[in-house]
Amino acid sequence: MEVKFNEAALNTANKIISRYPDGKQKSAVLPLLHLAQAEFDGWLSIPVMDYIASILTIQPIEVYEVATFYSMFNMKPVGNCLIEICHTSSCWLRGAEDLIKHIENKLNIKAGETTADGKFSLKRVECLGSCGTAPMFQIGAQYYENLTTEKVDMILDDLDKSGKRRTYFDAVDLNAHK
Amino acid sequence: MSTKLLLKYDHIPNINRLEVYKQHGGYASAEKAIKTMTSDAIVDEVKKSGLRGRGGAGFPTGMKWSFLAKPPGVARYLVCNADESEPGTFKDRYLMERNPHLLLEGMLCSSFALGANTSYIYIRGEYFYIVPILEKAIEDAKAAGYLGKNILGTDYNLEIYVQVGGGAYICGEETALLESLEGKRGNPRMKPPFPAVAGLWGCPTVVNNVETIASVVSILENGGDEYAKLGVGKSTGTKLISASGHINKPGVYEIELGKVSVEEFINSDEYCGGVWKGRKLKAVVAGGSSVPILPTHLILQTSDGKPRMMSYESLGEGGFATGTMLGSGGFIVMDETVNIAENLYTFNRFYHHESCGQCSPCREGTGWMEKITHSIISGHGKNSDIDLLWDIQSKIDGKTICPLGEAAAWPVASAVRHFRDDFEKLIH
Repeated sequence: MEVKFNEAALNTANKIISRYPDGKQKSAVLPLLHLAQAEFDGWLSIPVMDYIASILTIQPIEVYEVATFYSMFNMKPVGNCLIEICHTSSCWLRGAEDLIKHIENKLNIKAGETTADGKFSLKRVECLGSCGTAPMFQIGAQYYENLTTEKVDMILDDLDKSGKRRTYFDAVDLNAHK
Repeated sequence: MSTKLLLKYDHIPNINRLEVYKQHGGYASAEKAIKTMTSDAIVDEVKKSGLRGRGGAGFPTGMKWSFLAKPPGVARYLVCNADESEPGTFKDRYLMERNPHLLLEGMLCSSFALGANTSYIYIRGEYFYIVPILEKAIEDAKAAGYLGKNILGTDYNLEIYVQVGGGAYICGEETALLESLEGKRGNPRMKPPFPAVAGLWGCPTVVNNVETIASVVSILENGGDEYAKLGVGKSTGTKLISASGHINKPGVYEIELGKVSVEEFINSDEYCGGVWKGRKLKAVVAGGSSVPILPTHLILQTSDGKPRMMSYESLGEGGFATGTMLGSGGFIVMDETVNIAENLYTFNRFYHHESCGQCSPCREGTGWMEKITHSIISGHGKNSDIDLLWDIQSKIDGKTICPLGEAAAWPVASAVRHFRDDFEKLIH
């Protein structure tokens, strides 16, 4: 399959590139990698990264070295719902480890793995700036805060039914689960 | 009630909307600045205010601005550091989500003062949901003539763009942030040259934290001298504190610096509302994960028995032997059930994950500290491991290009210094 943005994504990409002075289009690499990850199944394959390099007229290595540095870019396929759960101090103090065990049992996977049906992946992440509403996880753009095992069950059951891929570009509900 | 500047209108519904923000005096400071003040006069007001960088380092903002090089014909940039990633800190997120125009107005005033015609807000990628909030505010401000060309009928032009990061704590360090904004890995640069001389794309650049930039609005509203009347000594004005951990009321609170004691901040219903579940206080990390952790007797009182106040100076009193730092204002409270070595493991894992890998002491040392702490909390530690931890942190501190090395070393040093018992309890 040929890797190519659809027209809407290409327009977004060009708008992003226009934010920088002439010749500084390399600055668009992070925003474009985010866009590509959302457009192409939630992860960055070599052909996808090569495509971004071609848009920005930079060497592929300049894209690879960036993509592998930042933790939000997935270098291998992930489930439709990537659960990014915080395990740093404030969340840890308020029960993040119990929550992680609960999710691992519920989904029958370990952190770092994807469910067999491809619906969920679980990833331990560092502080997401939600310390006052700990414990929490992020799925796509949505923050789910003040979590309890009951809330987690409700959220994951809902997502299980919808089955839709979640991305960082999703519209969010600012009052959900706060 | 304490004085509020940044959260003054926090209770107003829809303050995120331009018309509501304007009804409450919004954009008056920007109008005053652009129509009636010179850029030098604005820099002077910020100097007089005594405002210090609110991201954590506490460097005087007016001084930072005055270092900006102004070679003719070269673009200058203001970059807003919204990469808030210091564990325990969530105040910038709160401010941007609820009152985006306050940040934009601050950026307009600051960009005008610095002579910048393009400014970027570099926001951590995990805060993706805030991007549309900021972009909508930018669009509305532009439609109302506060951004774009010929702002408020003058010949001043300004565009503000939002740039998302990709998940990297190190990009909160200003030169790593600039590397990232240039589309590279977030490896901090050697200094000098400082960004004020060679910053974004080699051009003179000022990087300021969200809260710092937002504070400029109130400074220009009433003048730098009035702002400096708030607070105590070199801790002028107000500061947002992100309170989390084992307290009854976690959240973001604005305090007048030096006027609230740590004890009042923890126990008063106006702030944290006391330690949760009726338990006793064990320890506090007062300024984000990087600052030294202190036990109850040292966080509530200085070593000479004075009440510890919420200010740069009072929290710092006693140096690292008995004091700590205000840092980013990330205030993490731990109750009597916490083993500090176990909490330290979460910090050590964090810094190992976030080290950019450029400097060997940090790249290797953070990994060793994580492994050793893990071994101790898993019951495989030896007494000599505690001294080994001390030794490793002392060999990172001060030996790296950027302050991530210190940020990783200080939590270890302070945990060993003040809570050695907690490590020993886990060693069999």
